Amino acid sequence: MMVATAQSCRTQFFFRAFVLILLATAAASGPLAAQTKVDFQHDIQPILAENCADCHGVDPEARQASLRLDIRAAALAGGDSEEPAIVPQHPELSELIARIFSDDPDVVMPPPATNKQLSQEQKSLLQRWIAEGAEYQPHWAFELPAQAPLDPDFPAHPVDHFVAKKLQAMHLTPSPPANDFTLCRRLFLDLIGIPPTPDELKYFRKHGFAATARALLKDERFGEKWARHWLDVARYSDTNGYEKDVRRDQWAWRDWVIGAYNRDLPYDEFIIEQIAGDLLPGATPAQINATGFLRNSMINEEGAIVPEQFRMFEMFDRMDCIGKAVMGLTTQCAQCHTHKYDPLTHEEYYGMFAFLNNSYEAQSAVYSDDQYLEIAEIMKDIQATEEQIKQRVPDWEAALSEWADRLVAKEVPWSPIVATELGSTSGLNHPTQLPDHSILMLGHVNGEVFMIAQPEASGATALRLEVLPHGDLAYRGPGHSADGTWGLQELEVFVRRPDQTEWEKLKFVAASADFSEPEKKSEDEKIVSGPVQLLIDGSTQTMWKADRGPAHRHQASLAVVQFDGPLDLPPQTEWKVVLRMGAMVGCCRVSWTREPKPTAQAVDYAAVLAAQVPAKERTSAEQASLFAAWRKVLSECDDLNRKIDSLWDGLPSPLTSVLHLARREPEHRRHTYLLERGVWDQPQRPVKPHTPAILHPLPTTEAPDRLTFARWLASDRSPLTARVAVNRIWQAIFGEGLVLTPEDFGTRAPVPEYRDLLDWLSVDLMQNNWSQKQLILRVVTSATYQQSSHTSPELLQRDPRNRLLTRGPRFRCDAEVVRDIALSTAGLLQQQLGGPPIIPPVPQNVLDYNYQYPSYWKPATGPDRYRRALYGFRKRSMPDPVMSAFDGPNGDVACAHRVVSNTPLAALTGLNETIFVEAARALALRVLREGGDADIARADYAFRLCTARTPNAAERTEILNLLSSHRKRLADGWLNPREIATGDTDKLPDLAAAVTPQDLAAWTLVARVLLNLDETISKN
Amino acid sequence: MTHLEQAQQLMTRAACRRWFLTQCGVGLAGMAANSLFAGENLQRTAKNPLAPRRSHFAGKAKRVIFMFQAGAPSHLELFDPKPELAKRDGQLPPAELLKDYRAAFINPKSALLGPRYKFSQHGACGMPLSELLPHTARMADDICLIRSMHTESVNHAPGQIFMNTGSEQFGRPSLGAWTLYGLGSESEDLPGFVVLTSAKGTSGGASNYGCGFLPTSYGGIPFRSKGDAMLYLSNPPGIDAQAQRTSLDSLRRLNELALESIGDPEIAARIQSYEMAYRLQTSAPELMNLQSEPEHVLRMYGIEAPNKASYARNCLLARRLVERGVRYIQLFHEAWDQHGNLTADVKKNALATDQPSAALVADLKQRGLLDDTLLVWGGEFGRTPMVQGGSDGRDHHNRCFSMWLAGGGIRGGHVHGESDELGFNVATDPVHVHDLNATLLHLLGLDHTRLTYRFQGRDYRLTDVHGRLVKDILA
Repeated sequence: MMVATAQSCRTQFFFRAFVLILLATAAASGPLAAQTKVDFQHDIQPILAENCADCHGVDPEARQASLRLDIRAAALAGGDSEEPAIVPQHPELSELIARIFSDDPDVVMPPPATNKQLSQEQKSLLQRWIAEGAEYQPHWAFELPAQAPLDPDFPAHPVDHFVAKKLQAMHLTPSPPANDFTLCRRLFLDLIGIPPTPDELKYFRKHGFAATARALLKDERFGEKWARHWLDVARYSDTNGYEKDVRRDQWAWRDWVIGAYNRDLPYDEFIIEQIAGDLLPGATPAQINATGFLRNSMINEEGAIVPEQFRMFEMFDRMDCIGKAVMGLTTQCAQCHTHKYDPLTHEEYYGMFAFLNNSYEAQSAVYSDDQYLEIAEIMKDIQATEEQIKQRVPDWEAALSEWADRLVAKEVPWSPIVATELGSTSGLNHPTQLPDHSILMLGHVNGEVFMIAQPEASGATALRLEVLPHGDLAYRGPGHSADGTWGLQELEVFVRRPDQTEWEKLKFVAASADFSEPEKKSEDEKIVSGPVQLLIDGSTQTMWKADRGPAHRHQASLAVVQFDGPLDLPPQTEWKVVLRMGAMVGCCRVSWTREPKPTAQAVDYAAVLAAQVPAKERTSAEQASLFAAWRKVLSECDDLNRKIDSLWDGLPSPLTSVLHLARREPEHRRHTYLLERGVWDQPQRPVKPHTPAILHPLPTTEAPDRLTFARWLASDRSPLTARVAVNRIWQAIFGEGLVLTPEDFGTRAPVPEYRDLLDWLSVDLMQNNWSQKQLILRVVTSATYQQSSHTSPELLQRDPRNRLLTRGPRFRCDAEVVRDIALSTAGLLQQQLGGPPIIPPVPQNVLDYNYQYPSYWKPATGPDRYRRALYGFRKRSMPDPVMSAFDGPNGDVACAHRVVSNTPLAALTGLNETIFVEAARALALRVLREGGDADIARADYAFRLCTARTPNAAERTEILNLLSSHRKRLADGWLNPREIATGDTDKLPDLAAAVTPQDLAAWTLVARVLLNLDETISKN
Repeated sequence: MTHLEQAQQLMTRAACRRWFLTQCGVGLAGMAANSLFAGENLQRTAKNPLAPRRSHFAGKAKRVIFMFQAGAPSHLELFDPKPELAKRDGQLPPAELLKDYRAAFINPKSALLGPRYKFSQHGACGMPLSELLPHTARMADDICLIRSMHTESVNHAPGQIFMNTGSEQFGRPSLGAWTLYGLGSESEDLPGFVVLTSAKGTSGGASNYGCGFLPTSYGGIPFRSKGDAMLYLSNPPGIDAQAQRTSLDSLRRLNELALESIGDPEIAARIQSYEMAYRLQTSAPELMNLQSEPEHVLRMYGIEAPNKASYARNCLLARRLVERGVRYIQLFHEAWDQHGNLTADVKKNALATDQPSAALVADLKQRGLLDDTLLVWGGEFGRTPMVQGGSDGRDHHNRCFSMWLAGGGIRGGHVHGESDELGFNVATDPVHVHDLNATLLHLLGLDHTRLTYRFQGRDYRLTDVHGRLVKDILA
């Protein structure tokens, strides 16, 4: 029996009040007036958007007869015919009316070829609307939401208030409150995605709904549940996609999302940090990590791709994602042309694109919180030691400055080689030359890159090879490899004089570098690496390497190689410069000089570069490079230098890394162009960053950068952002959003039944400092949420999909929750927050069909095997078979709404998939251990674990019959109990004395059925 | 009685039961004890997204077998004889051809490579085909060869995705999913869209046969040659057929009790999905078991080991799927990427695919199934007339390639379109991938401009805003 606590009494009372008010007010108002005024937004705009907008809408290129019907003045003015399409109050004079009622196929609108036809009802609505004055109203979702005043005659809870009003008008009654066990389970599944344990159910009964809800909002499992909804729309994945589909480390971003939900990061900040966290003043590593959101796009690494093409595809994907996730606008439609239905022009699409376009595709190390503290300590010590150096050297600033000047004075002039052709011999990599003449090698890894040029470099004495960091490389490179290291086997130059057909290889006689690793042999002794001389020794078995160790790896290096005397080359001599690489370089620049016998200074090249920047313009990084190089030449500071070196050596190894965005440096500034038909390499005209005119204005006082855009997106002046956020939360709880198309709030979106409620909650969200937890609490504490989800034939007829909210939400849980329910019911679930993805078991015949076999696929065996599905490794080209059977998206593109299916594949998965089978076995053990000694008690306990309720008599009988039927066949020897209970004909777990192997096997079979009950995998 | 109690009483068990029997057509399975094959009524529920749907107009084909040759086969070695290319072997291509042209790997200014194999004419129609395709040649009068295909991408993954979904960007439904969405499934015991893979996994991965933004039910289901034919088809160790049936009967009864008490039609759909799963446990292994196929049929397809995965085996399985009413069958054979070793490898691939592909046409014909089964053979793009890697390779080429079609509504013994003298560009009657897709849908009785799905406020189509019916290839 349920103990009626104060809390539950209050809920009951509240619900009664809700219904009584309903009934009282229902009596007062008669049937709706037959002829209320036509509501433009509700009745007319959808007709125009659906049937007229294609040819008479926003897009000037698609517009027929120069007629626009989406703007009143234009409709009144008419098109080419100069006949007004609409004459207010006079449908009989309105061309629009004449056309829609015409029988003539050449005249009727919409034209028969469009396959569109207006119903009689739609036609008369248009007629009435014109007769009533043809008033237009702006599309509701482009107007700021406002809270309608709450009528004191209706329930005070805003959700119940609007629902009660609507139901009363429709002569419907709400459903009674759900049972306490149903309510408890519903609340747990909605707030933390895990069903309640028997103890948690007790807690709920004791402390009531509201206290439990508040407790669950503080539970770390809350973030795990709600992060997943965001991961869908953020297209999170653990691989890059496309053919190679290699692993990526992006879980640090996923953990950031979990953390953000758990600490209830205000939604506006949640958006700002994910779009431009790196640009916030004093950005923290966590805020930089947050921009991983936009980097969740797929990355193509197929051989021979042009990297810019697929970077542009990533950009289109980001626009699509922001549209679906934040704006509720189908931005994608304006990639190729002006949006057909919504006031979003082609130009405006690229205006928003421009805010995002000037970013590096960066990848950086991520450390644990403790490590960040440790690093801060080390940095402090380094700084302190550097202070000691400064104190030891009298007038150190002048000394440093003089030293820097000497560095600059020793540099000779160099001319960069400008390629006429760039390529790789295999064709796998297509390098590009940047405006600063550096050569960027993104895309597929390749060991050999060449450039053809005509430098007119007769008299050249030497070449300079600068290996340079770049923001698009992992950790800024300069290597193309995953850790940013590189190894150069050979630098070769061939020339072809104008009268020759063959290439002639030039000879180098000396090589110097700013830094080389000491000589080292590979384990098999075949490869020698280290000194820069190996760069010109004619062997690809040897290579120059200059890894300064993890702390100093990602900086520039320099090699200078001398020809055997000045070259004597006729004009128009062609050059071919070849880089042979053991580990690919990501960015480099090749230059030549006529200075006699130039060499590389044995000073970190980063310092030489910094020294060339006028002192006042040096960045702090440049200052640091310069200081670090300078202190090394101070013999009087050997002890302190050694101390600093050992401090650097003590830096911890990063936990992982993350793909994120970073602002491009001025020399790499990227401009945005409007793309003809949205084709990536068809730029038409430059576009400056700007936002759509229909939406709230962008502050003119701020620089038009990504941060300003992010703040604009997340502004409380935005008509869309809060509504989209509220709708996503509503959808997660009720299965469908108040707006049925969560990714589209445009003019074609179905007009929501509860627009007033959506708007009320949206304002509420903003007024509560964008707290998503408060919003969720607000929703679940409503009587509307707490209704029973039982339905009747009558309700199914009048409100088939529960869009009027005449009952509580009921639907099969999301894929992750379905799996987590099985694990937690079985007592297997391991609660552990965050961390690297867990590899789930997948049948071999699924692994075999990868283009590139994922040799890392070693399913977790320990406790990790039973972590929440949220942590399961997601491979894009091999969608997780369990998740996809239950409609989990694979992360190729943003998914704002999972379409729930009900397929035999899902049934087979629940019955036979490895983890579900292990859960059935574990549940059987648990029931035998905890469920008492009698079969009835065990049946009740097992059923309760699965559904949170006690079975009724018919259900209990069914379970007991099933049990005895299996038991009999086990006893008769038809079935092997060990095999059923463990999968192994010989193994058996430890069992209590009174428990037989047959018991265990029979209960395993029963558990398998109970885990597959509709009620078990559904939120009731 | 309070209003609440009144409301509750509305939901008597009797009322629910009546409602479901009349409105949902469900419960039948439940009512008929031990009913394993409850029959067509099961398919007619309000909720079944796979229920057969009427086409826009009478189509010639009822189903499709798409033999996807992933990696991109060389049209120049197989389908498109180019004597001029042979003559100019070793010369550079004319500069005007290369304007705005991009291959994938090579500098387009690479020497031309003459065809590696000879062509001769076949059938009453005199269709010229390569010596590598003796079996296909025998079916020349039944197939329609398109020599004027062209596409957008020059990279595999986007190219395959484009051929299969009409978009280079991921996230769109595949042709098979659109077909199922348009026509539903007529098979009660097997999925409506089955995928069979040989050689290795494809560059495009699962998105090649995905449902995109359509509901999951429309996605392709891989049938596998090793392990379970379908994922998780086998019961856990130790559970025999009777234990399974007893368990599922019990599960069904428990779900029915819930249905009666809760009244959510989704529960009815769930009950059906478990029954269909049970049927699959019989029908899928039965399908994959070739023991009932006579020796001469195995020989006809060139199947050496009936239990071993191969393209030949997949062709025979395709016929068996057709016989069982499966709507869309997608074969993938990822093997055709001959950047090097062209001469030997294209021959090896032809040996593996020519006989089975032709046997499938012949077999369907002799069984009277060819008339309403549409067959398509081809890859994601073609290969360059220019050499790659010295002397024996060809790069990716999107300007011109060949495919063939046969069966339902296709004009047999016909060659559509021409390439230029080097097989570089389409010379006459170009067929873009969108045109091909529009035509395939047309043959199924679907108007590609009307087969739409509302997503993100837009009515999406397989052919986007493109696609033109290629009337010349219709019978």
